[in-house]
Amino acid sequence: MHSKVNQLMQDTLTKKIFDVDEVRKDFPILSREVGGNPLVYLDNAATSQKPQSVINAINDYYSYYNANIHRGVYYISIKASEAYENAKIKVKEFINASSEREVVFTRGATEAINLIAYSYGLENVNEGDEIIISEMEHHANIVPWQVLCEKKKAVLKVIPVNDSGELLLDEYKKLLSDKTKIVAVCQISNTLGTINPVKEIIRLAKDKNKEIAVVIDGAQAIHHTKVDVRDLGADFYVFSSHKMYGPMGIGVLYGRAELLEAMPPYQTGGDMISSVSFKGTTYNDIPMKFEAGTPNVEGAVGLAAAIDYIGDIGFEAIHRQETELLEYAAGLLEEIKGLKIIGTAKEKTGVISFIVDGLNALDIGIMLDTYGVAVRTGQHCTEPLMERFGIPGTVRVSFAFYNTKAEIDIFVNALKKAIKILS
Amino acid sequence: MRIDEFIMEKTIQEIEDEIVDEFGFFESWQDKYEYIIELGKKLNGYPEDKQTNDHKVKGCQSSVWLVTDDEDGRIIFKADSDSTIVKGLIALLIRVLNRRTPDEILDAKLDFIAKTGLQQHLAQTRANGLAAMIKQMKMYALAYKAKQLN
Repeated sequence: MHSKVNQLMQDTLTKKIFDVDEVRKDFPILSREVGGNPLVYLDNAATSQKPQSVINAINDYYSYYNANIHRGVYYISIKASEAYENAKIKVKEFINASSEREVVFTRGATEAINLIAYSYGLENVNEGDEIIISEMEHHANIVPWQVLCEKKKAVLKVIPVNDSGELLLDEYKKLLSDKTKIVAVCQISNTLGTINPVKEIIRLAKDKNKEIAVVIDGAQAIHHTKVDVRDLGADFYVFSSHKMYGPMGIGVLYGRAELLEAMPPYQTGGDMISSVSFKGTTYNDIPMKFEAGTPNVEGAVGLAAAIDYIGDIGFEAIHRQETELLEYAAGLLEEIKGLKIIGTAKEKTGVISFIVDGLNALDIGIMLDTYGVAVRTGQHCTEPLMERFGIPGTVRVSFAFYNTKAEIDIFVNALKKAIKILS
Repeated sequence: MRIDEFIMEKTIQEIEDEIVDEFGFFESWQDKYEYIIELGKKLNGYPEDKQTNDHKVKGCQSSVWLVTDDEDGRIIFKADSDSTIVKGLIALLIRVLNRRTPDEILDAKLDFIAKTGLQQHLAQTRANGLAAMIKQMKMYALAYKAKQLN
């Protein structure tokens, strides 16, 4: 009891009290106007906005220590190399990997999945083998596996979702077989906001056969919830920096060291080799083996600053604010006649997808833009999921902790006007 | 007066200028879109049995269908979309390009799109398919021209 009280006091002392108006000041773009209206940015699931600290980190990098890394013997190159390596350590701690050797920087989650498919997949998947994905996957977690299956004459199996947008775990259990080589699912659906029980999904795969490699697409999860890759038991975990308040063009492939070590390189060139001669080449150790060419140092520096920023806000405050926004917005939307929310999973976060009877999602999106409200419309790179629900597309609003109830009011009022004009 | 002059008294440029004037009339983008939506709601006459993939314009977030016919060397466009705003945009394009010769269509600069501000609002994103529609209409004109030359 005593230690609990101490902990609570410690938390209160070290953590800032969450004040959304104060937090918004950290994001310069949030104070801009669009067409005379304040920007209401509700497309956070596509990309998040960046705090000043991330912008400053990138600015500092180019202003004070920009140089190519790993090979320079001079001061600023050593500083840049240090910053790049420190970013890996930061990511390692952020996701609780065993070592920074398990952290590969990629261009984003998409490239990370491609890397797994082309390196691990081509090496380990053979004719007749099976790969399991789900019906709610983003195209980035469908197409690389489809291509791999075509190349290797393997079979793609799909876990179906129910009408609420939840994975049918019983069906998943039936799909797991002696031929299953890879299971690849998202932790959170970009279209529905459904939180999948990935720990359970991984456990079920491992119970079947511990050799099955489980890939978790964490692109929509990494900024909403504390991720512990070892607690999850994931073999691979991928995410993008731009969705977690960091810069675009960099992402992370986490892979268990044992697997990464056994995998062949995905791309070849400089920095990923240990020695090159015309008789043959030996490769560098992990993770360098997978990072051919000059890496995105600016991105790494920005990502490290984003991780620090998330640490300052704290996942508890993020979760509280985002849940409040989700419930508030869902309540207001449900009152609108003819509006239907797509994706009503018990466990969901951050995202509301909806359709309005007789209206086209694109039209709604265009009209909302005239009120300064930024939303996503269409299929959200999840065409099979749209087919599952028998709809051409949805309007999607997605929240970040810096959104406010006042912004949701602006959005809902604009939506009501748009519906009136379009009907 | 020749028959084709009678059919189309105004030049493409004159109609484009008319549209620019009309848009200048509205102050806010909400009003401009309301106008486009009204145009969209009024665009009828597309044959329902031709709402098929064969007639779909590729590259749009919404479904857009386009069919053509020719009469006295002039092209007649009929189009439809499941998006009212896109329908309104098609209505504008049809107003400018309908019943024109292939050469007139191919030469049309369509600078009303920039002058009305629609360019800035819509053309940069492929979502609405405005660029794809124009391309498709010009492709038809090219095809008719080739047919006429043969």
